[in-house]
Amino acid sequence: MSWKLDSDRPIYTQLLEILQINIVSGHYPPGSKLKSVRELAMDAGVNPNTMQRAFAELEQQGLIRTERTAGRFVTEDTEMVGKTRETIAGAQLDLFLEKMEQLGFGRQEIVEFVSTRALAQAGRRNSASAGSDTNGGAQA
Amino acid sequence: MAELLKTEHLVKTYEKNARPALNDVTLAIPEGRIVGLLGPNGSGKTTLIKLINGLLTPTSGSVTINGYAPGPETKAVVSYLPDRFCLPQDKTIEELINYYFDFYADFDTERANDMLSRLQIDPHSRVKTLSKGTQEKLQLVLVMSRRARLYILDEPIAGVDPAARDYILKTIISNYQEDASILLSTHLISDVEPILDDVIFIRNGRLVLCSSVEELREEQGKSLDTYFREVFAC
Repeated sequence: MSWKLDSDRPIYTQLLEILQINIVSGHYPPGSKLKSVRELAMDAGVNPNTMQRAFAELEQQGLIRTERTAGRFVTEDTEMVGKTRETIAGAQLDLFLEKMEQLGFGRQEIVEFVSTRALAQAGRRNSASAGSDTNGGAQA
Repeated sequence: MAELLKTEHLVKTYEKNARPALNDVTLAIPEGRIVGLLGPNGSGKTTLIKLINGLLTPTSGSVTINGYAPGPETKAVVSYLPDRFCLPQDKTIEELINYYFDFYADFDTERANDMLSRLQIDPHSRVKTLSKGTQEKLQLVLVMSRRARLYILDEPIAGVDPAARDYILKTIISNYQEDASILLSTHLISDVEPILDDVIFIRNGRLVLCSSVEELREEQGKSLDTYFREVFAC
């Protein structure tokens, strides 16, 4: 995920969210080595102290570990990564449900709406990729 | 954390009986922090910076850097970017780099050349042939190429285009050592916001606020830029 930051919320919490997503999505695979605080701070255009604070929090949550001389590594505890992933997804779902309720949807209605929508999108994606294959062949 | 810069009850009055440009300012900057010095025009930012650099003498109160009053010991560890251009027009950039290298024991020539090439500034060109923005970039390159303990930057990015601004801010983040601190004054708050640790607000020569930027965002739920506009609303 790219480093898109709002300036009206603490930056370290936003860095923490982005780093967590990178870990649970497998963008930073389990056991892989992370870039240094300074390099990541440069990438994100933030103060190294702020990045350090996000790292400290991640370490406390157990998602990363520091090895004295070798650097920082993503945890190999995939069970915990999975739990964190569910927590983040749950928070997103709660937000979604809240918004849908504001629009006057009942729970059953939401479930139906989501499943038709998700299936329809999956169908479109399949036919779109099939279509592009044939187009590609014609152009060649 | 050791305190790098300290001012105590600092007062500066330019003319007798005039309103002090700086009034009873007591603050401390520890090692390893990037600190923004913010305030409206005429609030005393440059006066404070000049007092720290020994270009002005306090009417009362004191400034110490690393335990010393401004003088040769502090100038050896403070790298200062003034609010106006002050390099000789007839020199080439190369000559200036040699001059800085002779003058400052902590000057890193390789770092300077590296930054110049990233900013696509030709070291053979003469200062007077450079545009205003390029002159500003050059001055900042020279200041950031020292391995100083305290960098004091008075309006470092004001005249520079947005792309170079991003590069310069990244340079600031990547170039300072962990025990060094940076004090920078600017009006371009939203540009520097993500890199600041702490912020100092001054108004009419008085300290209004001295706080961690993250705490401020947490407490106020708004950006530094928005908060500044509220505090200093005209």
